[in-house]
Amino acid sequence: MEAWIFFKRTVRMVFVGTKVYYLWCAFLLAIIGVAITFYAKQLDAGLIVTNMRDQVSWGLYIGNFTYLVGVAAAAVLLVIPAYIYHFDPIKEIVVLGELLAASAIIMALMFVLADLGRPDRFWHILPGIGILAFPDSLLAWDVIVLNGYLVLNTIVPVYILIKTYFGKEPVKKFVIPLVLLSIPWAVGIHTVTAFLYNGLAARPFWNASILAPRFLASAFCSGPAMALIIFQILRRTAGLKIKNEALFKVAELMAYAMFINLFLLGAELFKEYYTATIHLAPMQYLFQGLHGHHALVPWIRSAMVMNITAFLIFLIPSTRKNLITLNIGSLLIIVGVWIEKGLGLIVPGFIPDPLGEIYEYLPNINEIAISLGIWAFGLLIFTLFMRIAIPIQRGDFVHSKYGKAAGKPQYEPIKP
Amino acid sequence: MMSMGALAALSLGSSACTQVQKEEFLQKRFREMTEAEKKTTIRRLEETYFRKYGKKFRIGTQPAESAVLWGYGLDLSRCIGCRRCVYACVKENNQSRISPQLHWIRVVRLKDGSLINLENAEHYYNPETVPEPGFQYMPVQCQHCETPPCVRVCPVHATWKEPDGIVVVDYNWCIGCRYCIAACPYKGRVFNWAEPNIPAEELNTEVHYLGNRPRMKNVVEKCTFCIQRVRNGRYPACVEACPTGTRKFGNLLDPDSEIRYLIENKRVFRLKEDLNTESKFYYFFSA
Repeated sequence: MEAWIFFKRTVRMVFVGTKVYYLWCAFLLAIIGVAITFYAKQLDAGLIVTNMRDQVSWGLYIGNFTYLVGVAAAAVLLVIPAYIYHFDPIKEIVVLGELLAASAIIMALMFVLADLGRPDRFWHILPGIGILAFPDSLLAWDVIVLNGYLVLNTIVPVYILIKTYFGKEPVKKFVIPLVLLSIPWAVGIHTVTAFLYNGLAARPFWNASILAPRFLASAFCSGPAMALIIFQILRRTAGLKIKNEALFKVAELMAYAMFINLFLLGAELFKEYYTATIHLAPMQYLFQGLHGHHALVPWIRSAMVMNITAFLIFLIPSTRKNLITLNIGSLLIIVGVWIEKGLGLIVPGFIPDPLGEIYEYLPNINEIAISLGIWAFGLLIFTLFMRIAIPIQRGDFVHSKYGKAAGKPQYEPIKP
Repeated sequence: MMSMGALAALSLGSSACTQVQKEEFLQKRFREMTEAEKKTTIRRLEETYFRKYGKKFRIGTQPAESAVLWGYGLDLSRCIGCRRCVYACVKENNQSRISPQLHWIRVVRLKDGSLINLENAEHYYNPETVPEPGFQYMPVQCQHCETPPCVRVCPVHATWKEPDGIVVVDYNWCIGCRYCIAACPYKGRVFNWAEPNIPAEELNTEVHYLGNRPRMKNVVEKCTFCIQRVRNGRYPACVEACPTGTRKFGNLLDPDSEIRYLIENKRVFRLKEDLNTESKFYYFFSA
């Protein structure tokens, strides 16, 4: 009975909000609507409507997928300090971080689905009715760990939120093991995703053992950077309680992560350029251009400038503890890592192809529209999560026994 | 992901409710089918092809013979780069002809003095006559590896190695993820980015389920050593089409076969041997 009331109030809550909330949701829905028309076209004509071809057979979709798995994995960067070191200012945002991870995983899975030529045969991969090629295929591993991570990152925050709603403390015996499990699991999803590419001897650009560590390092930059921006927006628009101290702590951890990321990149560049075997070609294509083809060069060079600038911003305490520079640094990381790990990782793996052909790939309008639609869908889900989670955490949305029923919420922004 | 897949399935099931489409949707993987199920599937496919192309197809399902392991020999000193093999293959195997045109064989042009570094290979060239001085030609197609990296990565086992060594694809089981394309070191696989486009009068109606039967959009396909031919005692189409005798084919397990003679008496090599794919495609120089 109580659960039913909670459910009803939750649903009602999603449909009420401030003007900004309505506008934002309408904006996202509009993008999703446009994307659906493009996806319908792709379903009808086939993947020929993309710029992908046999030479470069994965592109923007798989690039976004890789990036978003990283964002999802980075939730642990918020969980570790909160639970292991008992750093309390972060504790409040762990639930939100995990919901961000869940949203990111949903987006990542949608990107795989968008890339799939035959979504109608999706059931073929379901164990039991179809065939899941476990443990042979790393893609099968990925399906398992990603879905597991999604479940984990939904159960924990939902459980904590419901307990809070009913005015009770979460049962530590239940929640702590799950939280602790989510830490290695986060490392797992990103490692498996790296191994997906890493395990292909045909593609020397990916077949480097440094790939998985680099994935993790860059993920621990981009995920928290996204969280920093989102939490500040929510602080202004939805009255999320979060102290600057917490933001600065996260930023400090990001500085270490970016250092490791840049160091690993340097190690890779040294090995490829100093030995300069024929396997240097993809790296050359990416950073300098190859045989007159250099579609990705301006992209990766901008990404490098962004990542290094952001690293310096987060390293120097005075810029790290200034909200303006902190936000600039976060945006630079979000974009810089997206280029490095999206197009900058996927496309050079295919160039030159195994028989030396160079096909230059940049996504076209269909791919961009569908990708934006998936991002919009993920942000919408996250927004709805927040619509419920923040009032619960603030104590505005509680069981009727403990508080008065919430009407139209009036959030006053909290001064940092 | 699961729910979305179910949703896709549901929408497909409700919008297109013909019996044939339902059966096609629920079709099992070829390897799991019983003999009876194979028969039903073949009959249904033949009807579908007839409706679509107005032609009677004969879809074979001949299994591999015992004590057969197919191997291929390619004499690089004879290849003149005419690419008759490429088009004979397209014709035999019902590849899409016009936008996109799919090729299972690629004959790359290499400058004399460079063979292993394929980065300098040319893919698109159109001289008046071949061969051209200063160049050599290397045809590449699926190498039918004994340890095929493409098979290993498939998340749904839609592709596998047959007992006679031919690597095949079940076009009705492939989900179109293209992981196999990324895994192949020989560019041995191509994808139907759009609905295949073949003029009905050019169709080859003598087909094999795992080989040259007409494909659908968004699935992967590849050379099968002409499975529809070689399991019926014929040579692959490329071997027959070659005007210079560059291409050899035979049973690796038969000590008296031509391919065995070549391996034992010529200095053969295989492409990218360092990747341990154990391919069954042997290049050699007879002169």
